Amino acid sequence: MHQGIRGFLIILIFLAIGNVISWLINNFVPGNVIGMILMFAALQMHIIEEKSVESISKLLTNNMTLMFLPAGVGLMAAYELILSNIAGITLATLLSTIIVLVVVGKIQDKWGKKE
Amino acid sequence: MKEILHSDTFIVILTIGSYYIGTLINSRVNKPFTNPLLIALILIIPTLLLLDIDYPTYEKGSHIISFMLGPTVVALGYILHKQIAYLHGNIRSILISVSIGSIVGVVSVLLICWLFDCPREVMISMEPKSVTMPIALAISERSNGILAMTAITVFVCGIFGSVVGPWVLKVTGIKSKVAKGLALGAAAHGVGTSRAIQMGQVEGAFAGMAIALMGILTAIVIPIIESIWKM
Repeated sequence: MHQGIRGFLIILIFLAIGNVISWLINNFVPGNVIGMILMFAALQMHIIEEKSVESISKLLTNNMTLMFLPAGVGLMAAYELILSNIAGITLATLLSTIIVLVVVGKIQDKWGKKE
Repeated sequence: MKEILHSDTFIVILTIGSYYIGTLINSRVNKPFTNPLLIALILIIPTLLLLDIDYPTYEKGSHIISFMLGPTVVALGYILHKQIAYLHGNIRSILISVSIGSIVGVVSVLLICWLFDCPREVMISMEPKSVTMPIALAISERSNGILAMTAITVFVCGIFGSVVGPWVLKVTGIKSKVAKGLALGAAAHGVGTSRAIQMGQVEGAFAGMAIALMGILTAIVIPIIESIWKM
C-alpha cells in the first residue's frame, strides 16, 4: 500500500512537471507525453528506483481501457458527424494502417541489424 | 431517483462495472469482438439513453476516470524503460523506421480525408490513429479534436491492423522478427502488440517498444505537420 501510494505520487509529480513544460512550450507536445519521457529518462539514469513505480505502472497500463472508456462513450454525441463522413474515415483508417505497417516493416527489414 | 442516477457515484459504478464485465467476458472468449472496450460501450451507451443521461452529464460524472489517462501515459515511461533493454544495436534503424512510419501515417490520413472533403475537426481527430489510445487522446485534445472520433479510429485501426497485419507482412516479404514486431506495434498499438506476442517473444518485445516510440514521435510530428499544412 505504502509503495503504491508513493509510486502514484511520483507519477503525479512527473505529470505535473510535464504539464508545466508543455505550458512553457506553448502546448506544443501534451504534458502527459512529456511526463512519460521524463519518467523514462529518470528510470534510465537511476534517478528514481524501478521498484518504486513498478506496481502502480502495471496497474494503470493493464487497465488503460477503463481510463479511455469515457472518451469512447462520446460516440453517442459524435455519431452524426462520423456517419456523415463515414467513407473518408473508413478508408483513411484502413489504408493508413496498412501504409504504416509496410513502411515501418520494410525500413526496419532493410536497415536493421541482420538477425 | 433522477438525482441518484445522474450522480457521479452511479456513473463511475456503471463505467467500472461495464469494464469489469467486459474483461470477464474477454478472459473467457478471447476474440476481437469480445474486446472489453466494445462490450463496455455496448453496456454503457444504451443504459445512458434509457436513463436519459446526456453525454455532458456522463462526461462530468466520469471525470475521475478520464483524469487517470494522464498518469497512465506517464506510466508508459516505465514500460518503455523495461523494453528498451531489447534494443540490441537496432536503435538507429528503429528510430528511423518508426519516425517515417509516424509521418507517413499522419500524412496519409490527412490526404485521404482531404480527398473525401472531410471537415477539419474530423482530420484532426484521426491524425493519431496508430498511436496507443491514452496518448492519441492527449494529442487529439491538444489539437481540439473530437475525442470520441479519435477513440473509434484508434480502436478500429488496432483491430484491423492486428487482423490483416500478419498477412500484409507476409505478402510484402517482411521477414525479420524485429521488423514484424515493430510494424505491428507502430501500426496497430496495443492490439497489434498482442498479435505480435502470439508470433513470438522477439516480435512481442519490439511491438511493445514501438507503441511508446510511435506515441512520442507522433506527438512531435503532428504539431509540425499542422503548422506546415496550415489547417
